[in-house]
Amino acid sequence: MNPRLRWKTRIFAAIVILSNALGNLSLTWGLRNGAGELTSPLSFLRAIFSPWVSLGICLLIAWMISRMFLLSWADLSYVLPVTAFGYVLNALLGRLFLGEQVTPARWAGTLLIMAGVILVGLGNPHTGDST
Amino acid sequence: MKAWSLLAVIIASTVTADLLQSHEMKRHGEIQDFRPSGLRRVLSALIGKRNLILAVACMAVSFFAFMALVQVADLSFAVPASAGSLVIETILARLLLKEHVDSRRWIGAALVACGVWLLAL
Repeated sequence: MNPRLRWKTRIFAAIVILSNALGNLSLTWGLRNGAGELTSPLSFLRAIFSPWVSLGICLLIAWMISRMFLLSWADLSYVLPVTAFGYVLNALLGRLFLGEQVTPARWAGTLLIMAGVILVGLGNPHTGDST
Repeated sequence: MKAWSLLAVIIASTVTADLLQSHEMKRHGEIQDFRPSGLRRVLSALIGKRNLILAVACMAVSFFAFMALVQVADLSFAVPASAGSLVIETILARLLLKEHVDSRRWIGAALVACGVWLLAL
């Protein structure tokens, strides 16, 4: 891989991880602070247009687009393990900014899920011919 | 209890969306032309497909359920727990889509299942 593509891949992987984690954080923050309770379709619509929730949705759209871009040149078997770090980052942001209590069991569960996703990602993405 | 019900909705709708999407995209065949004109052709071929419309609807349900979930449960629970869909998807990919699932993928799915069980403690 040439250095330019290597850097492009690293930068996009970082954008994918950060936009997902920050998008979820912003969405959660907005929903817990002033968006009101989600009891009807109208309340969902009102919540979507509140500032933090809107920012969260924009970041999650950026996550989807940057992930699609990254997948256009990088293998899924690279993208899945690298972006699995996002599970830990989400837990970390929840702990730091939302004051959530992350118990040792929850950390262990998060790490197991990350390991599982990495293991799935390391496999051959196209198995149709091997049957 | 509400959190687990919402998580079940997220997982069920994500699994349904992914299965429908995968089924329809496999039927369409591999996309090889990534030029704007080629992508336009792909888009116009896929836009009216019933399975893809259903998949988008399921994704919307999953997103709204996720919004409701993070209001009643921790983010550090909601995000990893929603990865539980990977376990069901692996089983259904084998059963419905007749994909070959190797042992590494089964072990990965089992680790995710154990992780979700730990989150439930």
